[in-house]
Amino acid sequence: MKTKLFQWRWLLTVGLFISAPTLQADENGLYSPPHAEPEKQVSASQACVKPVPEMRREHMNLILHQRNQTMHHGVRTTDNSLQGCVNCHVTQDDAGEPIDFTNEKHFCNSCHQYAAVTIDCFQCHNSKPTEPVVKGGNQ
Amino acid sequence: MSHSSQPQNESRRQFLTGAAMTSVTLASGALLYTSAQAKNAADTVSDKVRWGLLIDANQCASGCSDCVDACSQINGLHSADPHSAASQQPQWIRKVTIKDKQTGKENSLPVMCQHCEHPPCVDVCPTTASFKRADGVVLVDRHLCIGCRYCMMACPYKARSFVHETLTDQKGHAPRGKGTVEACNLCTHLIDQEGGLPACVQACSQAGHNAMIFGDLNDPNSEIAQRLAAENSTALRPDLKLNPGVRYQGL
Ligand code: HEC
Ligand code: HEC
Ligand code: HEC
Repeated sequence: MKTKLFQWRWLLTVGLFISAPTLQADENGLYSPPHAEPEKQVSASQACVKPVPEMRREHMNLILHQRNQTMHHGVRTTDNSLQGCVNCHVTQDDAGEPIDFTNEKHFCNSCHQYAAVTIDCFQCHNSKPTEPVVKGGNQ
Repeated sequence: MSHSSQPQNESRRQFLTGAAMTSVTLASGALLYTSAQAKNAADTVSDKVRWGLLIDANQCASGCSDCVDACSQINGLHSADPHSAASQQPQWIRKVTIKDKQTGKENSLPVMCQHCEHPPCVDVCPTTASFKRADGVVLVDRHLCIGCRYCMMACPYKARSFVHETLTDQKGHAPRGKGTVEACNLCTHLIDQEGGLPACVQACSQAGHNAMIFGDLNDPNSEIAQRLAAENSTALRPDLKLNPGVRYQGL
């Protein structure tokens, strides 16, 4: 009787392993849960300000920190600048014009919609690039 | 510090400098005082600097509004509030004409946020959105502003405006939006870079009037400090003892 019970436990453990959801390693060799894929930006050749997995988790903290640095301490280096994000992460419409935050395909909307996040930043900040955009990028 | 409204004259500055040096010496045992601190874009602002403007009403031409135009151009104010009355439009600089009733002599001068040492707008703000930066620039942190407009009522210079309408296509360096208060920020995005000047000052010298001088009141070698030390000047409403960073000549 004892031996039979042991066998059941074995089967249960093995079963759990098989049915566990498969986590995929991303391009950086890191495992991440399923997430919405953002609209791709023009500049795929330049790296983001931090590694992508870190950006996914920490981007709000980076820009909120930069906000106080700029507003209260006058730091003007553009590393985590909100306008900097918007200048690089450009999604264009069919005519090749950059779209603004009212469009659900705007980079900053694409995941937020999925994650039910609403940000008010673009009531004041321009959601379109303020520097010339390389046309026809969009991946 | 002191609540005196004495003009920012040389002797007072030297007194303050002396006091600062003493406290530095006492605190660290080493003297690390340098007067002019050139800030580049990556540095944090320093309280060694106090930015100020000197406006010479004798040089200011009565028909000229170049400073006002440059201000609304660089900050994107012109496109604002299409449905609001003219008196409600955001304005960071106004041209004001004053007349001596006895002599009939008229003067025209620009009035903007006076960047007070003791700003009433900061005193009344319930959310600390109104604040004075270390280098003396009085600002609205619009991330904290709830649009109550107490500061607009407290300001004796009528320097602040309220945005009444939804805006689009703001300038990248000058975010602005409905429901918040705004005012002259001495073009912080320009003066935070080494050697940067506010747009109004640039426009005034381009027009050949040179009625506006921008600089560090705390640096005895700056043009503005030297002019203030050598020539008469006044603050607007000196009776209020706010010690503004903006000073006037020829009134
Ligand atoms: C009511 C208007 C308003 C709103 C809403 C607003 N900002 Fe700002 N923001 C400003 C102003 C004004 C500045 C100051 C710009 C300067 O001094 O150059 C600023 C500056 C910044 C800066 C530094 C400049 C830059 O481009 O990097 C960051 C970062 C920033 N804001 C982030 C945010 C984020 C994130 C949000 C949304 C959560 C937000 N802001 C919402 C008005 C606003
Ligand atoms: C120099 C251009 C550049 C700047 C500036 C920039 N990014 Fe990126 N960002 C990229 C690139 C390139 C990627 C990688 C995209 C990819 O591999 O699909 C990326 C990826 C991201 C991702 C992850 C997207 C995903 O695939 O899940 C987020 C989130 C992000 N950026 C947010 C920001 C924020 C917020 C800022 C501003 C602080 C910013 N980025 C500034 C270029 C930039
Ligand atoms: C990879 C998907 C993704 C992209 C792309 C993305 N975000 Fe986010 N963002 C999120 C998620 C998810 C949250 C919510 C995190 C949480 O609630 O903890 C969030 C939260 C935020 C917050 C905090 C909101 C709050 O109410 O606290 C800000 C601010 C923000 N994002 C700004 C941006 C900006 C600006 C961009 C465009 C440059 C951007 N995000 C692009 C996924 C993304």
